[in-house]
Amino acid sequence: MLADSELRTLDLDASRALLTGRRATAVELVEAFQRFIPAADAEVHGYLALSPERALQQARRLDALVAAGQPLPPLAGLPMAIKDAISTRGVPTTCGSRILASYVPPYDATVVTRLEEAGALLLGKANCDEFAMGSSNENSAYGAVRNPHDLTRVPGGSSGGSAAVVAAGTAVAALGSDTGGSIRQPAAFCGVVGMMPSYGRVSRFGLIAFASSLDHIGPLARTVKDAAAVLQVIAGHDPLDATSAALPVPDYVAGLEAPITGLRVGVPREAFGAGLDADVERAVRAAIEDLARAGCEIVDVSLPHNNYAIATYYIIATAEASSNLARFDGVRYGYREPDSRTLAEMYRRTRDHGFGPEVKRRIMLGTYVLSAGYYDAFYRKALQARALLTEDYRKAFTQADVILTPTTPTPAFRLGEKTENPLEMYLADIYTVTADLVGIPGLSLPCGATPAGLPIGLQLLGRHFEEATLLRLAHRYERRRGAATAD
Amino acid sequence: MKITAQDVRYIADLAHLELTPEEIVAMERDLGAILEYVAQLDQLEMPGLAPSPLHPAAAALAALGSAASNSTLRPDAQRAWFTPAEALANAPSAGAGHFKVPRIISVSEGTPEAE
Repeated sequence: MLADSELRTLDLDASRALLTGRRATAVELVEAFQRFIPAADAEVHGYLALSPERALQQARRLDALVAAGQPLPPLAGLPMAIKDAISTRGVPTTCGSRILASYVPPYDATVVTRLEEAGALLLGKANCDEFAMGSSNENSAYGAVRNPHDLTRVPGGSSGGSAAVVAAGTAVAALGSDTGGSIRQPAAFCGVVGMMPSYGRVSRFGLIAFASSLDHIGPLARTVKDAAAVLQVIAGHDPLDATSAALPVPDYVAGLEAPITGLRVGVPREAFGAGLDADVERAVRAAIEDLARAGCEIVDVSLPHNNYAIATYYIIATAEASSNLARFDGVRYGYREPDSRTLAEMYRRTRDHGFGPEVKRRIMLGTYVLSAGYYDAFYRKALQARALLTEDYRKAFTQADVILTPTTPTPAFRLGEKTENPLEMYLADIYTVTADLVGIPGLSLPCGATPAGLPIGLQLLGRHFEEATLLRLAHRYERRRGAATAD
Repeated sequence: MKITAQDVRYIADLAHLELTPEEIVAMERDLGAILEYVAQLDQLEMPGLAPSPLHPAAAALAALGSAASNSTLRPDAQRAWFTPAEALANAPSAGAGHFKVPRIISVSEGTPEAE
């Protein structure tokens, strides 16, 4: 019988070792999580649905491999949660919205297919902001997620459930999606590792679309090595996603041990301005000093247009969202408002009752910026600003191999603190949105805590398709910090 | 940027949203504040600057030799996909192998269509 305390601290190697050392079968591992999750998740509310049959079916397959002495696939026995924005065949997928309350996808996202082929155990679906729109997980139609480090605080969003279940130990790893920071910001708030790969590195086929030129899928885990192992499996070209890159995928796990000496780490001077919490600044500056001691070269870089990123983001993201969310009309799937006299009335009433306030706000804003007479003033201008931001990063990456910033300006804020002011909520994404706009990879990992014990995240950004460099640097920093805190 | 209730109703109509009077008031306030914030892009001098491509990593892909044709188009080949029953399984209303919807043309004395 596996103790709850052991389940909470598993990583991929420990999970595999349970199976290969015959300490537990995969079925026993799944059953232990199924016993453990209901009570352990009751206050956190990180899960929206559990998928016991699916996890058990996979577990029986793995147990047969163990019994036959066959080699196990790379993620064998890794208990995972999947953000509810990602489609899972036969398992309800609501995307945090009432409009998809009854939706059961008839197909799997490519990432889900790949995870299961690699032996991962899918425990269930993780809570998220409705249609991944939010920075606190308070926009879920099924109730907010609470931060396991302080239940009065938000876990971040929109992948708040994914980060919270990994932090709480009710999953060993999770998938999230990142459109403006939705993997990295909750990872920072919950004290876990979260990685957004380059745009095109991981197939989005089966991800419920929010903003197609910005949406990414990526892993959350308790260690950099586990994040690398999950990314390894989900990365790579997919003919079902026209934006996915036809590039070879490096061996991320093997690359973790390569040296970091001489790596140039760029620190943007704009990243330490007004609005940055003193505890966050202290922890991030300490991390910079540690990387210098580890042999990295710290260089000063400038990202002069960074202050325009949030404005650029909220025009492009909402414009794309207004188009993508047009498909939710009560005809083919999801909720339909009954007793409408005409098709047009049915659309309007279904969408008004099915969508929450933030989703409606973004559809309205996106429709406005794309409407006749405003397209050039807003949308086209935002695409030009996006080109300026891309050029800023291109220049900075001629001086530095990695760019380092805080992941968030503050630690996790209180539930309800920003719900009345949408604009203030948007500013929580100041350090994360540009990577989405530019399409470069970004990783957040823990770099300390406030005196009250709230986690602080360090963000590393890399050149397009150079995820391996970020993982290698993060892995080394994580080990140095682990060694330092163990003293 | 001033947004009026009339603007909000016009945009809601384009977006197929039926907003309540309370939602219209809140939308006026929130959209006004957000548009005022995003107007900071007017400070940027960008005449003649080409807009960003829709694939934000397009330039990197080209430099890495990932031919655009490889990464955007799949072969036009037949493959297994949903059965009609699977495609209709989530429909709020279906019949005879089709999705069913209310009337498309409004009628003055109509009663709600059976769903």
